[in-house]
Amino acid sequence: MNWYRSFSSKRVLPGFGISLGSSLFFISLVILLPITGLIVQTAELSWAQYWAIISDPRVVATYKVTLSAALVASAFNLFFGLLMAWILTRYRFPGRILLDGLMDLPFALPTAVAGLTLAAVFSTQGWFGQYLALWDIKVSYTWLGIVLAMIFTSVPFVVRSVQPVLEEFGPEYEEASATLGASPWQTFFRIILPEIKPALLTGTALSFTRSLGEFGAVIFIAGNLPWQTEVTSLMIFVRLQEFDYAGASAIASVVLLASLILLFIINGIQQRYQHITGGVK
Amino acid sequence: MSISIEQVNKRFGDFVAVDNVNLSINTGELTALLGPSGSGKTTLLRIIAGLEQADSGRIQFNNEDITGQHVSERGVGFVFQHYALFKHMTVFENVAYGLTVKPKKFRPSKAEIAKKVNKLLQLVQLDWTAGRYPAQLSGGQRQRIALARALAVEPKVLLLDEPFGALDAKVRAELRRWLRRLHDEIHVTSVFVTHDQEEALEVADRIVVMNKGAIEQDGTPEQVYDHPANPFVYEFLGNVNLFHARVKQGQTTIGNVQLASPEHINGDEQDGFAYVRPHEIEVFKAPVSDGLKVKLDLVTIVGPVARLEVLTDTEQQLIHIELPKEQFKQLALAQGDIAWIQPRYSKVFLGEGI
Repeated sequence: MNWYRSFSSKRVLPGFGISLGSSLFFISLVILLPITGLIVQTAELSWAQYWAIISDPRVVATYKVTLSAALVASAFNLFFGLLMAWILTRYRFPGRILLDGLMDLPFALPTAVAGLTLAAVFSTQGWFGQYLALWDIKVSYTWLGIVLAMIFTSVPFVVRSVQPVLEEFGPEYEEASATLGASPWQTFFRIILPEIKPALLTGTALSFTRSLGEFGAVIFIAGNLPWQTEVTSLMIFVRLQEFDYAGASAIASVVLLASLILLFIINGIQQRYQHITGGVK
Repeated sequence: MSISIEQVNKRFGDFVAVDNVNLSINTGELTALLGPSGSGKTTLLRIIAGLEQADSGRIQFNNEDITGQHVSERGVGFVFQHYALFKHMTVFENVAYGLTVKPKKFRPSKAEIAKKVNKLLQLVQLDWTAGRYPAQLSGGQRQRIALARALAVEPKVLLLDEPFGALDAKVRAELRRWLRRLHDEIHVTSVFVTHDQEEALEVADRIVVMNKGAIEQDGTPEQVYDHPANPFVYEFLGNVNLFHARVKQGQTTIGNVQLASPEHINGDEQDGFAYVRPHEIEVFKAPVSDGLKVKLDLVTIVGPVARLEVLTDTEQQLIHIELPKEQFKQLALAQGDIAWIQPRYSKVFLGEGI
């Protein structure tokens, strides 16, 4: 009875039972049940069938497109997001608050709208596309378009991860480094970057994970040519259209697995750094 | 390395942080910039370091104009109030940092760096912490590491911004005595900022009292404490009681108490005000002819000291008195009793008072 009492009564905050219970209930409802459904549906297949579906050449082509585009997009976001976070925290300029608010636009905007808009402005007749066409660069309906859509929808992850860390990381560290004779570059690479590295990696990994699963924005700009510009989430959609639920689940399980592995890596990164810098206070 | 500050001004918007300051600091001196918050002392220190640019004026090190030099070229050691140790580096790496960022041709070899860092860690008595991270050290230890880090680059001047401000009272007292001894050992020209008059009096060779961006007084701790230049300095350096007085031909009258004030020997009778420190007041149980009659309002015993708050009979003015506990016990006074007090010494300024 002792453990029960220690959990249920004599707590400063009441309602442990009901709050934990309702949280677990909703987690089950919206996360665990669907995942179970996915596994059950996939389980209808034998291993051989499963392997045949996920290693279908057309599907494998989508892995390549998705992975390469997501890698390039998150690499770009690593730099661009860091730059944005830096500008927003280190400088004071008119319109800063507006810019800060705009950073969340990709989250607020329906991704389909983003995809349509990007496709329009970057098509060969569009505002930007017509000039890029002069250089023979096509964005809409190509792999580059997929990258662009992924960049757009996932950049806030990097900005919003790095920004609070930079804000908290007071200027006295940079000043200390400067008084010790370091150049601005040395200060950046040896003092600032190590400090924001966990947040930067986390943000980039989140951005990558999001890009892997991005559907709405991508399909409007990708053109969806089989073997060339099809992403994996589109493949799942195609299978569903064909009422091939097991096939869709099989491909979805691959995406799910990739995302889970990434999430564990992210958590690992965070814990490792917390251990060093915040272990004993 | 002497420092000379010439007509330095600094504003932040409408706020005048440093107002036309002239100051020269001699080689090897440990100088305290003392003042209340907002008095411009930290800004002045940061201007000397190059972390802040003065709006006008010049800074010279050893008669060399360094006003335009970047902070990283000035060769100053700077110690921050909140240590600013690099959290992701070990103590060793922190102290070595200033040496490892030197351009290749000036950078000592790894072995030399290790030797120097270990020597510095011994100097601050923390050589056993080399492999630890700052988060694993106490506040006092962190500040000593910060000092070792600043000393590693052999700075021409050492600047400390409220170095003990974030520490608790006991560690602070220990550390400032330690800093004093360390300075006697290494003799680097040092300037430290503090708002704690006790700290300044105890540690510094010289105290510069600042208020509203300007220097109020500049002198040795004894000069500043015993001969304050003006009422501000007097009030800032310790607790004081203020009495309204009449001053005439070297005599100051407070109520029916007469005190000699030879500095005001000339002139007609005029209004003045007398400052008396709490420990410069004598207390009597029996009436004395030229004493002030008071009522004992509150007694607190803080360790060896008895602190009394008394109210004067006529004006109901509150006066603070400090005397040794033993002496107070001998008086056998209790709260609410009537007693007589007599200032032993006072500093008299002419005018209406503050």
